[in-house]
Amino acid sequence: MTLFYGTPLSSRLMLGTAQYPSPEILAEAVRNANAGVVTVSLRRESAGQRAGQAFWNLIRDLGVPVLPNTAGCHSVREAVTTAQMAREVFGTDWIKLEVIGESDTLQPDMFALVEAARILSEDGFRVFPYMTEDLVGAERLLRAGCEVLMPWGAPIGSGKGLNNLFGLRALRAHFPDIPMVIDAGIGVPSHAAQAMELGYDAVLINTAVARAGNPVKMARAFGMAVEAGRMAYIADPMEARDMAVPSTPTIGQAVLA
Amino acid sequence: MKILVNEEVHDVGVATLDALLRELGYGDACVATAVDGDFVAAARRGARQLHDGCRVEILAPMQGG
Repeated sequence: MTLFYGTPLSSRLMLGTAQYPSPEILAEAVRNANAGVVTVSLRRESAGQRAGQAFWNLIRDLGVPVLPNTAGCHSVREAVTTAQMAREVFGTDWIKLEVIGESDTLQPDMFALVEAARILSEDGFRVFPYMTEDLVGAERLLRAGCEVLMPWGAPIGSGKGLNNLFGLRALRAHFPDIPMVIDAGIGVPSHAAQAMELGYDAVLINTAVARAGNPVKMARAFGMAVEAGRMAYIADPMEARDMAVPSTPTIGQAVLA
Repeated sequence: MKILVNEEVHDVGVATLDALLRELGYGDACVATAVDGDFVAAARRGARQLHDGCRVEILAPMQGG
């Protein structure tokens, strides 16, 4: 069983809560995905509307652990302050740490990420760092106190799948005992299954479910793919070969030519 | 004094963050606060003095990925 900061999850699918057509569809998608975690965020609240309170009530009713994020932060200070605010509001020391370094790709700023991770870890946070697949950066994050890594598959919301298979394989192989989650870029269930077949411990998905024509059905498809991919990994897949090898026995084959 | 709350200017007559939240109608809301970029825990809002021109952020739970 994989533990994330000592906590087992009910499933290996982490689901984002943004961009759904309605709160009802969001709730139904979370249930159909059998999500083990849902991600949440913080934004400015209007005193009159209290939209945040209604959303938080809906999430609490689902009974799924929450992972707050620092989405939209571009500096260490912004990310640290946002994490502190999230800890108070959501009542958890888990934080999905995002420090964005480049606006077009939303690529993580690995230097700022390591610094923010160190500050937050020393302050008692359990940091889930949204990172590139950089091996040196991963090592620095672990030294900064992270016990989970969350490399991107592709830019957030792109649906491109796993852009750098070699890099993701290398990362998995270098840190075999660290719980790792592919976060961002997954577009269809086969991408999620592929991530799990590589030996990743979980995937985090949002746009691919929320923006599907039928988010509830897609949520269920992702849940099945994650389960299938994990089972395939445990079952130890065969090695790929460059040349064909007959699967039907050749011994005893008739000579008819 | 004039205070920037979530980037909107408010002319208020209160001295503390706690009083500001009540005056603006956030009294019992589930929010987190920051003043001039620094987090202010709920338990410390009563002691946090405001000054003319300070920047207050009031954040609440929201959908996220």
